[in-house]
Amino acid sequence: MKNFYIACLIIITGIILIQACSKLEPRPLADDQLLDGPVGELNYEQNQRFLAGDIAFNDEIFTVEKGVGPIFVATSCGSCHAGDGKGHPFTTLTRFGQVDETGNHFLDQGGPQLQNRAIPGHLPETIPTGATFAKFTPPGNTGLGFLELVSDQDILSMADPHDTDGDGISGEPNWNTVPAYISPSNTIKYICRFGRKASIFNLLQQTVNAYNQDIGITSVYATKDVYTHQEIDPEVSTQTVNNVAFYLQTLKAPIQRNQQDPEVINGGAVFTQIGCENCHKQTLKTGYSPVQSLSNKEFHPYTDLLLHDMGSGLDDGYTEGSAKTYEWRTTPLWGLGLSPRSQGGSYFLLHDGRATSIEQAIEMHGGEATKARTNYSNLSKADKDALLKFLKSL
Amino acid sequence: MNIRNILLIIAGTCILPFTTHAQIDPSLLKSIPKDTVKQTMNMDAIYNRPFVSVGKLPVSVGGYMEANWQHLGTDGISEGHQFQFRRMTLFVASTISKRIKFLSEIEFEDGAKEIAIEFAALDIELHPLLNLRGGMIMNPIGAFNQNHDGPKWEFTDRPIAMTQMLPATWSNAGFGIYGKYYSKDWMFGYEAYISGGFDNSIINNEENKTFLPAAKNNPERFEESASGEPLFTGKVAVRNNKIGEIGFSYMGGVYNKYQDDGIRLDEKRSVNIWAIDFNTTLPELNTFITGEWAWIKVNVPETYSQQYGNKQQGGFIDIVQPILKRNILGWRKATLNLACRLERVDWNVGRFKETGGNIADNLWSIMPAISFRPTSETVLRLNYRYQQQKDLLGNPPSVTSGLSFGISTYF
Repeated sequence: MKNFYIACLIIITGIILIQACSKLEPRPLADDQLLDGPVGELNYEQNQRFLAGDIAFNDEIFTVEKGVGPIFVATSCGSCHAGDGKGHPFTTLTRFGQVDETGNHFLDQGGPQLQNRAIPGHLPETIPTGATFAKFTPPGNTGLGFLELVSDQDILSMADPHDTDGDGISGEPNWNTVPAYISPSNTIKYICRFGRKASIFNLLQQTVNAYNQDIGITSVYATKDVYTHQEIDPEVSTQTVNNVAFYLQTLKAPIQRNQQDPEVINGGAVFTQIGCENCHKQTLKTGYSPVQSLSNKEFHPYTDLLLHDMGSGLDDGYTEGSAKTYEWRTTPLWGLGLSPRSQGGSYFLLHDGRATSIEQAIEMHGGEATKARTNYSNLSKADKDALLKFLKSL
Repeated sequence: MNIRNILLIIAGTCILPFTTHAQIDPSLLKSIPKDTVKQTMNMDAIYNRPFVSVGKLPVSVGGYMEANWQHLGTDGISEGHQFQFRRMTLFVASTISKRIKFLSEIEFEDGAKEIAIEFAALDIELHPLLNLRGGMIMNPIGAFNQNHDGPKWEFTDRPIAMTQMLPATWSNAGFGIYGKYYSKDWMFGYEAYISGGFDNSIINNEENKTFLPAAKNNPERFEESASGEPLFTGKVAVRNNKIGEIGFSYMGGVYNKYQDDGIRLDEKRSVNIWAIDFNTTLPELNTFITGEWAWIKVNVPETYSQQYGNKQQGGFIDIVQPILKRNILGWRKATLNLACRLERVDWNVGRFKETGGNIADNLWSIMPAISFRPTSETVLRLNYRYQQQKDLLGNPPSVTSGLSFGISTYF
């Protein structure tokens, strides 16, 4: 009988453990500490597409058998955008061959993107003689769907190419042609908004380009192999490309932390006061979207999606679309404070990751941002600290 | 050969002895327990298993199975309750004649998702110090690859470094020699084999890292060596019955298909693996300690991605403390153990060319456990795992933890 009681005790203990097991598991991070995750209120079908895109983006690894190589930059989307955040110098890519709006004159020599890696037995590309180049650190992915839905009218309303208001800020959109799968005309120029030079029209184009130029994978949208420059069969399905585009469209916007902290509130006021907000617009709004959580919403990306002269210090002699070599799109600042969570614990800021702190990034601003940078330099230590805390809260 | 045929052969092999004795007396089924008296080393693990033989038939059979329940969560996300039939393995051994024997091990993993002949080799003894072995051999790198039977371990999971860095269970078609020498409390053993080996997949796979186990997925490897060069595996081990056993092993060779159809495709690229393993039982306390550590060096082209590292290292240590050895619930020699496993794997040892910063892609894990052995051949084990894993860039680690319960038994 004693054995029976012992056995019962063991079984009861086991049942309690099974019931309590989830208490022994790690708690999830707070939503405002994470960049990944969908916008709220997706319906069943939208959730399925988001999950399919999530898997294709973060889990699908391309091998030689699946189309990588002979030359490439990365083997998966997730390699460059850990946790959907900003990238690391390891995944920085190089583009070359265009100095003005007349286009890229090195397309027949591998332009616009350097394929800097090669599978065994092959050699990677090198930058052709005479070509200028710039390096690009992968940006964060979060909230891109909101940016895609800002109307052209709203972008134009923030533009002031001739600085008619005399504030020293003369932002303008990047007018660029778009691929045939977006518009059949190759002469009409559209307002573009994605990428460091704002040369990409929408997230489908961004996805197609990334598959093709970053991983060397062809699709029905981009049929030319980056190595042979010949048309080959699609190496990724159209459904997958569309799912990834949908995933990018429906990633949530970063959530600001410590919003009620007086120092953060003060830092936000300093941000506006010294002129940062002239380009890093706090609030934009979306137009209609079939995704309810994206449709007609106000959001806070801290960008105007326009190109600005950033001065000679950031002029690498390379450009895209109608942008000048010294012009860069205002980088959205949302998610800035979470950058170290995806950049290996450090900051790698500005277009090529050359700034390793927020302070350095501010001090490297030139051109139209010179006045704001000077104002920043003249701030008291307390105000600088507050500003920094505000930026890290984003 | 399709799965159905394999199943038929296995069923036939197992059933044949019984069908020839239609009214067989169960007492004729002679159990050959694991040899616990004869002096053994890790290299003997293949034969040091319980078998059942029938009458005077020269064939004996055995096997083991493992099944688990687990509930693990990573960063707050859990797949919930998971019930897993990890594997069932069948052994068939045969003494063909004096000093010639054959043993095979066929494994069914995850239901029957993966069926593999893990070992099927003929052993010919010329001298205790010189035995020939040929067939499907288990490369003696480290100790776990040869000594991997579930019922021998107090943990539901196999060591990560030995299965996700080294490719256990790693078998290849090959030939070699082995031998042992005894002198009082001392034993010396050696093994040396040449076999088929790795291929390009170790640096071109869907794990996005240098991953030696990827080569296991190549169905061609039992008939064609990718590089056309032999993989050499060698091990020496020394055991003192009062101190313990230590083994040093090496496995290496050219892994890539550097030429095809007479056309040179690439330079020869090598993989080199060194491992050290040990085990001991502390006197008085009867604490059993076993561990293994391995270093891997792979020739990865400079112009390839650093995503695929050229150096790896990792290992584990298990500490098992019997706390009760007595009649429990009617089992006369039942044992209750407390145990703990510590693990560490670094899949990419090195620094980024771009920043000089450390490349991470590593994990560590601690796994306390309670195990109950009603007999030495059956184990019930309850484990708790806490694990931190970092990505390539060294971002904040993902944390995994949770409980698992498993049973494993020889039969």
